[in-house]
Amino acid sequence: MKKFWAWGALIFGLLYFILPLIGMTNFSLKMRRGVYSLDAYAVVLGDPRFQETFTYSILMALATIVFGVVLVVPTAYWVRLKLPGLRPYIEFVTLLPLVIPAIVIVFGYIRLYNTSSWLPLTGSITGTNILLMFGYATLALPYMYRSVDTGLRAIDIATLTEAAQSLGAGWTTILAKIILPNVLVAVLSGAFLTFAIVIGEFTMAALLNRPAFGPYMQLLGANRAYEPAALAVMSFVLTWGCLGLIQLVSRFQKGAQSPA
Amino acid sequence: MSFLTLTSLQKSFGPVQVVKDFNMSIEKGEFISFLGPSGCGKTTVLRMIAGFETPSGGTITINGKSQANLRPNQRNIGMVFQAYALFPNMNVAENVAFGLKVAGRPKAEIDQRVKEMLGLIKLDHLADRYPYQMSGGQQQRVALARALAPKPQVLLLDEPLSALDAKIRVSLREEIRMIQQQLGITTVFVTHDQEEALSISDRIVVMNAGRADQIGAPADIYNRPATRFVANFVGTLNLIEAKVVDPASNRVSIGDQGVTLREPLGDVKAGDTISLALRPEAGSIAPDAKGDTALSGEVVSTNFLGSVIRTRMKVGESIISFDMFNSPGLVPPVVGETVTLRFVASDLLIIRD
Repeated sequence: MKKFWAWGALIFGLLYFILPLIGMTNFSLKMRRGVYSLDAYAVVLGDPRFQETFTYSILMALATIVFGVVLVVPTAYWVRLKLPGLRPYIEFVTLLPLVIPAIVIVFGYIRLYNTSSWLPLTGSITGTNILLMFGYATLALPYMYRSVDTGLRAIDIATLTEAAQSLGAGWTTILAKIILPNVLVAVLSGAFLTFAIVIGEFTMAALLNRPAFGPYMQLLGANRAYEPAALAVMSFVLTWGCLGLIQLVSRFQKGAQSPA
Repeated sequence: MSFLTLTSLQKSFGPVQVVKDFNMSIEKGEFISFLGPSGCGKTTVLRMIAGFETPSGGTITINGKSQANLRPNQRNIGMVFQAYALFPNMNVAENVAFGLKVAGRPKAEIDQRVKEMLGLIKLDHLADRYPYQMSGGQQQRVALARALAPKPQVLLLDEPLSALDAKIRVSLREEIRMIQQQLGITTVFVTHDQEEALSISDRIVVMNAGRADQIGAPADIYNRPATRFVANFVGTLNLIEAKVVDPASNRVSIGDQGVTLREPLGDVKAGDTISLALRPEAGSIAPDAKGDTALSGEVVSTNFLGSVIRTRMKVGESIISFDMFNSPGLVPPVVGETVTLRFVASDLLIIRD
C-alpha cells in the first residue's frame, strides 16, 4: 500500500511538471498549420535581435562568473582560514539577495551611480554594463558563495595552506595553484547556476536598458504566439544543460577524491 | 654557536600560556624529538619555528639569523604534517616539484631534483600517481620528499607517523632517520610516542605543561629521568615510596625492608618520605639473578604481554612491577606466592620533583 502511494505521488509530480512542458513544446511546433514544424525555432534563431541579446547575455554571464570567482573564492577562503567567527555574518550578507527584490537593488544602483553621482557608471555603456555585471554577481552571490564554501569545507585548507607556505608560496600562489584547483568543481557548480540566472534575468537588464536575453524574451512573449514558446523551450534546454553539467562535474569530483 | 636556537620562547592563547620560557639549542645536523602528552606545547613550539604562530615572547634564530620578521614562506623550513597535506590536484612529481617551482628554479634542475628525491624515498615508479591513489605510508614519504626538495635549512616533522598503522610506522621512522642522516639536515620531530622518540633521536626534549622538563640523549632520558613526570611518561616505571632511615649512609626503608642507595640522598632527614624509581626490566626473580639489592614481596598479578611476562608484587605500600622474558620453559610466579626481586642498587633512582 505504501508503495502504491509513493508511486502515485511520483507520477502525479511528474505529470504536474511535465504536462505543461509537453504542451508548450507541442505548441511551439505548431506554427505551420496542420503539421509539426520547427518554423518557430527557425524564426527565433534567424532574428538578429535574438543573436544580439543572446550573445550579450552570454558575454555578461562569463564576465559575471569571472568577477564572482575573483570576489567569492578569496573571501570564502579567508573567512574559513582566518575569520571563522565571521562566517555566520558573511553567510547572512550573501543570502540578502534572496530576500531583497532585484528591482530594489537596481533602483539603489541607479540612485547611487547615476550621471550626477560621484561615480556616474550609468553615464556610459561600459559603465552600465559593469553595473549590470555587479547586479548579476549580487543575484548569484547566494549560490556562488554557498557552492564555494561547501567546496572549501571538503578540503583541509588550513594544512594545505601551511604546507604551501612552508614550501615558499605566497598568498597569490596558494590561491591560484592550491585552493582554486581544489574547489574548481564547486566553482563550476556556482558558475553554471550564475550562467542560468544571468541568461533569464529580466528586471535589472530592463531597468538599466541593456540588450539582454531576458527583456528580449519578455518582448517576444508580449507580441508573438509561437515564438515565445520556442524560446521558452530553448531556455529550458539551456538551463537543464547547465544543471546536467553540474551533475557531470560533481561526479568527476567524487571520482577524483575517492580513497585508494 | 648552535644552528637553531630558541631563547625564552613563550606563547599564550588568550589567558592560557601554552609555552613557558622554553630554551633550546640545536646543532647542525642534529635530530631532536619533542616528546610529551597532548597539550604540552610541543606542536606550538614547532609551529613557532615554522612561522605559523607568532611567539608572545622570546627569540628564534636559525644559523644566527633572527626569524622574528620572516613570514613562513621566507624561512626556508621544510615541514611534514600529520595529515600528509599533499596537494590533491597534483600528482607525486608535481607535489615534489612545487617548492622548486615557487622558488623559480630552472626546469632541468627541477626535473633532476624531483628524480633524485623520488629515488631517495624509493617511489620513482609512482611519479604520475595522485595522492588519492596511494596508501598513507606512500603519501607521507612523498610529503617528506616534497619538504626536502627545496633543500630547507631545517626540517620539521609534526607527528608524521601518527596516522599510520603500527608496521608502517616502524619502517617509515627508520627510513626518516636514514634519510636525515644521509642528508645531514637539522630535524625537529614532534611525537607523543616515546618509542618513536627513543629510537630515532640524537636528543629528546620531554615537554610538560609548556616547559622542557628534561633535554638529553635517549638513554639518559630513559635511564636517568630528571623529574617524576619524565619518569612516568618515558617507559614504564615503578614509583616506590621510601622512608629515609639514615641520610649519611643513604639508607632507606621500603615497607619493612632496608635498602642502601648509591645516589646521595641530599638534603633530607631521617623519617622523610622520598620517591624512588625502578624500571620493570631492571630486576629479576630468577634464582641465579645478580644484584646487590633485594626486595621480597607477594605477587598480586601476572600479565602475559607476548615477549615478556609482567608480574606485580606488593612491597610495603608500594606495588612493584618486573618483567621476565618469555620462553617456552618459563613458569611465571602465581598470585599469592612470595618472590625476591634482585637488582643493582644503582638502578634505583631518586625522583626529585
